[in-house]
Amino acid sequence: MAALVLAQHSTSPAERLKDAAAVAFIALLLGIPMIGLTTVDQGGALRIATRWPTLCIFVGVCFAGRLLLRYAIDRLRARKQARERSAVSAPTVDQATSPLLTWIGWAALGISVALPMLFSENRYVVDTATTVLIYVMLGWGLNVVVGLAGLLDLGYVAFYAVGAYTYGLLSTQFGWGFWQALPLAGAVAASFGILLGWPTLRLRGDYLAIVTLGFGEIIRIILVNWTELSGGPNGIASIPRPSFFGLPFKPPGDDPTFASFFGLEFSTNHRIVFLYYLILALALLTNLFVSRMRKLPIGRAWEAIREDEIACKAMGINARNVKLSAFAIGAMLGGFAGVFFAARQGFISPESFTFNESAIILAIVVLGGMGSQLGVVLASLVLVLLPELGRDFAEYRMLLFGAAMILIMIWKPGGILSHREPTLRYRADGGRR
Amino acid sequence: MMLQLSGVHAHYGAIHALHGVDLSVQVGEVVTLIGANGAGKSTLMMAIFGQPRASSGRVVFDGEDITGLPTHEIARRGIALVPEGRRIFPRMTVMENLQMGAVLGEETNFEVDLKRMYTLFPILEERCTQRAGTLSGGEQQMLAIARALMSRPQLLLLDEPSLGLAPLYIKKIFQIVRELNRDHGMTILLVEQNAHHALRVAHRGYVLQHGQIILSGTGRELLANPEVHAAYLEGGHAAPAAQPAA
Repeated sequence: MAALVLAQHSTSPAERLKDAAAVAFIALLLGIPMIGLTTVDQGGALRIATRWPTLCIFVGVCFAGRLLLRYAIDRLRARKQARERSAVSAPTVDQATSPLLTWIGWAALGISVALPMLFSENRYVVDTATTVLIYVMLGWGLNVVVGLAGLLDLGYVAFYAVGAYTYGLLSTQFGWGFWQALPLAGAVAASFGILLGWPTLRLRGDYLAIVTLGFGEIIRIILVNWTELSGGPNGIASIPRPSFFGLPFKPPGDDPTFASFFGLEFSTNHRIVFLYYLILALALLTNLFVSRMRKLPIGRAWEAIREDEIACKAMGINARNVKLSAFAIGAMLGGFAGVFFAARQGFISPESFTFNESAIILAIVVLGGMGSQLGVVLASLVLVLLPELGRDFAEYRMLLFGAAMILIMIWKPGGILSHREPTLRYRADGGRR
Repeated sequence: MMLQLSGVHAHYGAIHALHGVDLSVQVGEVVTLIGANGAGKSTLMMAIFGQPRASSGRVVFDGEDITGLPTHEIARRGIALVPEGRRIFPRMTVMENLQMGAVLGEETNFEVDLKRMYTLFPILEERCTQRAGTLSGGEQQMLAIARALMSRPQLLLLDEPSLGLAPLYIKKIFQIVRELNRDHGMTILLVEQNAHHALRVAHRGYVLQHGQIILSGTGRELLANPEVHAAYLEGGHAAPAAQPAA
């Protein structure tokens, strides 16, 4: 109760001043030895000098900073409370789709289609955008499992690995093409999803998370150690790149190539741009597929299972099948992304599928707002671009990355977009649309 | 006979919660099960649904032994449950909740049933695009009942529908129970702590104590029974046997 009162309490200006003064005093105490006194080298001997003006500035900054921080926290809290109050009194509003979000979605699509044309000579931009899209696709896949069905999966990278290795092996050992291998790799990943889902059906929350974490590691360790199959730590090299409907991206030779067929001058950028559009198409298909699934009974059952499993069973829903289908479809989408990854890199090794990857994909889903498709896109942008932009900060970039994640979680505890799109719309006559 | 429990025992882990319960519900009846906290009322309700499964004894519904069936199969036989604590899907809209209730039904019935629920519970139509978690407790209970009815069940199980509601809503809930039975011929098994209200709407009642049925009779008989009166109607918490007969 006391904590509640404390949380509700917003401070008066006098209290804020007192609080800031206290902080400034602590800063002064700490600052005297750390800033106020310094050693200077005077002809080989060290002497202690004082820097009182610097200390004054430091204490002043602490005072002002604390004052501002306190004020900002109060403002934020007041705004949040106001929002909660209005949510209670007029909750019908929160179900209306915000036109802004729809607009952002279309704008994002437009930009992503136009991007390679705008930066056709800039390989770095298109490459980075391709990486973002891989994570978008993985995020949308994991969103089915974590966001919709509410099953916390910490080993999602395993399915990504299964997809990548399936394509890697099929193409290098049996000469399968990208498009032939894609559906099979998806199916193999889906069966691994069921393999993981089956023994974990009774688990929830933390327990499920631990088992899926272990599963992800098992797959990676198998890949490292089963040298005959996977090449072990050396991985699989020279995986063929996808071709444009049978036209390879190669310098002109005897066979028709992409460049010669269309009468273009050969450029390595063609493949980069093609790969970009390929992952864009795969990602858009994933999005379309998942949004359609959400509106089908199975998709709604995923969400209902997340909300209340017992109630679901009492409605006559077979919880086992619903969970397994979520695992299988999530895994299949991860497998597709894996195939693309293998085809793009041309080389895969277990190092690409560490727990770190699972953590990033999960962070994308959670940060984006569980279950939100557009949120995944925004979060992928943040999580992929931040480390890229932070390259100038060298070893501090992970620090920056962590700080950004913490800040997002403080400001938006439900994720960047926590709004949930209803799957049924109201029609004036009481029916549905 | 619509529902027949004979000698049902149930365990929660090591806890022996039900000790050979016999209970029956006839077609068109409202039957209530009353008892103190921890008497095993909700366990009995859930045991009908196989959660937990009865460790011995038989549950027969509509002539079929459903004792060993998984929960979702039992629901498919035509029993609908309004669980204790309502258990609506809070992040889904009111309409989506109702649709979840109708997953077993024919697609073509959905619109008709939806209209029927809106007539029965006008508040739900007003709130149909709202997230269910933002409804008040009483409204959530209405939603839970409507959701259960969407599957067109033959038997409706209500587990403590008046729990934690404002007096006005409690009255409303029992009025709905009576209406459903009288106007729509719904067979209802009602578990309640609110013995007074429950016994007044019920044709017959059972009193459960320590996992055993200790009394049964018509609603009127039980209302008039001095032991029931002392233990459950005057706010007494002690078991009937421990109370001197008034």
